Amino acid sequence: MPAKKKESADSVASATRVTAGATVTAPRLAVRKTYKLFIGGAFPRSESGRTYVVADSKGHFVANAAQASRKDARDAVLAARAAFGKWSGATAYNKGQVIYRVAEMLESRRDEFAALEVPASEVDEAIDRLVWYAGWTDKLAQVVGGANPVAGPYFNISSPEPSGVIAVVAPATPTLLGLVSVIAPAMATGNTVIVITDAPRVAITLAEVLATSDVPGGVVNILTGSAAEVAPWLASHSDVNGLDLTGVADAKLALELEQAAAETLKRVRRPAAGLDWTADPGLAPMTAYLETKTVWHPKGM
Amino acid sequence: MTATISPLSEVTRSDAALRTFLHGLPGVDRVGADARAAGLGTRSIKTTAKAWAIDLAIRMVDLTTLEGSDTPGKVRALCAKARQPDPGDPTCPPVAAICVYPSMVPTAHEALRGSGIHLASVATAFPSGQAPLKVKLDDTRAAVAAGADEIDMVISRGAFLSGRYLEVFEEITAIKEACGNAHLKVILETGELVTYDNVRRASWLAMLAGGDFIKTSTGKVAPAATLPVTLIMLEAVRDFLDSTGRKVGVKPAGGIRTTKDAIKYLVMVNEIAGDGWLDPDWFRFGASTLLNDLLMQRTKLATGHYSGPDYFTLD
Repeated sequence: MPAKKKESADSVASATRVTAGATVTAPRLAVRKTYKLFIGGAFPRSESGRTYVVADSKGHFVANAAQASRKDARDAVLAARAAFGKWSGATAYNKGQVIYRVAEMLESRRDEFAALEVPASEVDEAIDRLVWYAGWTDKLAQVVGGANPVAGPYFNISSPEPSGVIAVVAPATPTLLGLVSVIAPAMATGNTVIVITDAPRVAITLAEVLATSDVPGGVVNILTGSAAEVAPWLASHSDVNGLDLTGVADAKLALELEQAAAETLKRVRRPAAGLDWTADPGLAPMTAYLETKTVWHPKGM
Repeated sequence: MTATISPLSEVTRSDAALRTFLHGLPGVDRVGADARAAGLGTRSIKTTAKAWAIDLAIRMVDLTTLEGSDTPGKVRALCAKARQPDPGDPTCPPVAAICVYPSMVPTAHEALRGSGIHLASVATAFPSGQAPLKVKLDDTRAAVAAGADEIDMVISRGAFLSGRYLEVFEEITAIKEACGNAHLKVILETGELVTYDNVRRASWLAMLAGGDFIKTSTGKVAPAATLPVTLIMLEAVRDFLDSTGRKVGVKPAGGIRTTKDAIKYLVMVNEIAGDGWLDPDWFRFGASTLLNDLLMQRTKLATGHYSGPDYFTLD
């Protein structure tokens, strides 16, 4: 089928021309993207078959996006759990390289985010934040762990370990910087992440960046749709170890989610509203999903 | 089976008669069997029906450990799990049986005392079946003497595939005799039988020879149990009951890991063999990881939220 391949390559080229505003000589069918979910490194439709309409800032139809259901959330947990062993076991240096690679790929896809009405300054911030977290991967253990003073012939060492699978509700604004700011810290510390977001175009374009950046499938999973519908299933899920409520604006929902999470002793993070996204995030987003492992080791003769 | 010409007792009189009978069985339509099995797998079983199916599936599990690394400790832990699969929920039923290697039978026998849980032992040079008949018989007698009340034997696939049907028949008959009162499950190892026609022939051969159960696989060969193969075996036991009046059980084993899969099998049992087989005496799952998934789904139905593997024992 070489002919067909050539045709699709052409259609990409002319689609670029359309967005650039140039005239196209021959009429052709529009190749519209359906924004699907991102689970286990693949882009499946919602198991429920549901979609919802996404409009641009002027209210015009732009795309259909998959609306995640509780079963998609369950599948995402399975994928995140399966990916956890390998990702948490990767060396800090390797995790840093992978996250730096995400920043590189984001850099080369600036135009796509510009077309999605993400301001250039926000893209800059998002890229810088990824690089910042990439740098932290092999420094965190020295800062939050270390050798403890003891009064005996042994060593006592504390080291930070990832909690496991973290469910995150991403903030509505800023879209790209918000997503990166909740995903990167959990990833950098060796956790695997399930993100619920209502910004499907930016989130799935970011998923395309992640899927091409050596991030192992299942480390980041993105569910688009309603947090009020999906988040309670993740908050009560026994195989989820942490819950990040950064993007939950509704105080009543946040309280319910906290209560559901308490049932299985999850680590819950709920930053104060009105966060300054451009400010230095500090270590709190990373230490929220770390647990301290302390080992005792006898001294040699 | 209207195709049977002579009474069934006649067909095992000689190798030629047995071959004529087995090759006279109607051929299996492979595409049709696959499509039927796939179609039955699409039924939606929810809420109370699902809860009933999960409890039935738990009662049908032959909780299995067949590893070279098995230790008495692991077998005892498995027996404890068989008695009370979910220690947090006393309404959870026990499993049907424990399935172990002969050397672990004394340990399991001790651990299962008074529980009513059956104790199955594989025997006859499991999993290959490549040993002299005398060794196989001794293997079986030793397992029964140590307390096994069910024996899972493997057929000689080498003899079967080269057409020495009477040899296989006589071997099963001899093992059945060595079993005494113990139930005999005959493992066909369908993954090595190549065709569906062979699965049907091997099923009839095992039933004619006196097997109380026919079992798909050892779990050591891929593919292990599949839906179409189990469908053919269920048809065979149904037809065998019609023509002889003797009821034989079916046990798919290997590769059944999720509740969804288990429920597909139960739907098929009901539709092909009939609800007379929806009972742990007549249908079993040979499995180890399946039980944890059943327990997780059971917990999900009871509590309303998803459960995780951290809350159940590893083995």
